Amino acid sequence: MNETSKKTIIDVKGLNAFYGDRQILSDISLEIIENEIMVIMGHSGSGKSTLLRHVLGLNRPVSGSIKILDQEITTLDHYALYELRKKIGVAFQNGAMFSSMNLLENVELPLHEHTRLDKNTIRIMARLKLELMDLGDNESLMPSELSGGMLKRAGLARAVVMDPNILFFDEPSAGLDPVTSAELDDLILQLRDAMNMTIVVVTHELESAFKIADRITVIDKGKQIMTGNKEEIKDSDDPRIINMLQRRAANETINADDYLNKLTRN
Amino acid sequence: MDTAKTLFLSTIDYQIKRLGLSGIFLYRTFYQIFTPPYLLEPLLKQLAFIGARSLLVIVVAGLFVGMVIALQFYDTLVRFGSVSLLGSAVGLSLIRELGPVLTALMIIGRAGSAMCAEIGIMRVDNQIDALECMAIDPYRYLFSPRILAGVISVPLLTAIFIVVGIFGGYFVGVILFGVSPGSYFQNMSDTVLNRDIIMGFSKSLVFGLLIVWIACDKGFNMHLDRRGIYGSEGVSRITTEAVVLSSIAILFSDYLLSALIL
Repeated sequence: MNETSKKTIIDVKGLNAFYGDRQILSDISLEIIENEIMVIMGHSGSGKSTLLRHVLGLNRPVSGSIKILDQEITTLDHYALYELRKKIGVAFQNGAMFSSMNLLENVELPLHEHTRLDKNTIRIMARLKLELMDLGDNESLMPSELSGGMLKRAGLARAVVMDPNILFFDEPSAGLDPVTSAELDDLILQLRDAMNMTIVVVTHELESAFKIADRITVIDKGKQIMTGNKEEIKDSDDPRIINMLQRRAANETINADDYLNKLTRN
Repeated sequence: MDTAKTLFLSTIDYQIKRLGLSGIFLYRTFYQIFTPPYLLEPLLKQLAFIGARSLLVIVVAGLFVGMVIALQFYDTLVRFGSVSLLGSAVGLSLIRELGPVLTALMIIGRAGSAMCAEIGIMRVDNQIDALECMAIDPYRYLFSPRILAGVISVPLLTAIFIVVGIFGGYFVGVILFGVSPGSYFQNMSDTVLNRDIIMGFSKSLVFGLLIVWIACDKGFNMHLDRRGIYGSEGVSRITTEAVVLSSIAILFSDYLLSALIL
């Protein structure tokens, strides 16, 4: 595959992010190209969800540039940002379904808000997406009546109902059994192939990452360790990546005195 | 001493910034209220929530408040031998003070707290982020119908409260204590001026705005709380804060408006 001819969809350069005084991300640079599945991997607390929030424009970075479809989102006003977001779908970790609406109404909402289609057409389009996620029989259930896996799939249905160019998926497999999470992985691959989407997945699940990814970015403690395709990641000699691949806790050498001080501090 | 001073200054600094945020919140909500497209369905939903479903509480509260002030005024007026003034005493106190203030306090307990908790949970559960990511402006979709519904329904509920209260007073004064029905109403219509009604009405308008504004702003901006309390504990805390703050804001602005209009 000749990758150089493909368009860059998301271009992150030198991103630094803070929560208060705490630096969460330092100098992240990332290019995501058309029609690829980019998996952002890292432990819990590594900053991967923060990276996602910044790319979505939910948080603004302290410094750095984030371009989506050639638009610099760090300086966009919120109307322009909303215009851009119509081309983006986001599936949140817990689905983030509106609890006052049933499943079908939840999925219909973006169409009601952004299109002038009539009610029947909207209903058909929403049902198509629910069928695709295998939720066709549950459309009249409320979010509180759904299981975790169903909520994730419902969130995915709502994220793709506008047929976005870019799809973000936060932790598709967190908290799911292996079979359900494998089904979600298949769904993600299908979406990329059938709907020509560029997909960014944030996960800490090795297995699912290696199943779906075209390229993988590994983040640890807010620093980007490497970005590459599956083989490059597997062949990496960085100890942190080797640890991650072998599911081994990092063996940091600790000074005995420091450790004692840490335990006895006030 | 020095740490106390910096703590004090940082608190002032934080509160001013927080006030600014609330101001921006109100500005953006109003901007959305006056820009098309107008959302009718969410507005009706909120009118039903704040207005229609508070009706029973308001009627019951209005009845008892009217009854108790008639009882108290009767007891006082008897000592001065001016029982015929009962109608105007009940009418004036309900229309000018008790009606707007007590209705507002009831609505805070019934709708304001629920609204604050709902928005707070939407924030914790990422539902507000999801709205933003779907390019749906939360100010338009969540808050403009709520503010509008508050401004419409609180004055109407206040009017109902006052009317029911006047009849509660009638029941105690006329039926129980035998004040003549003619003098009860005649006296009331003689003493209650347009200015009194305007005062009651403008108070209830401001209260309706304050209740919804404080409840929604507290919920929406809960993630910016400097104590960094989030999750279910955060929701319970901001809900309490919203109830306390809006009650105080109601009583404070009640004095302010009375002083301004009188």
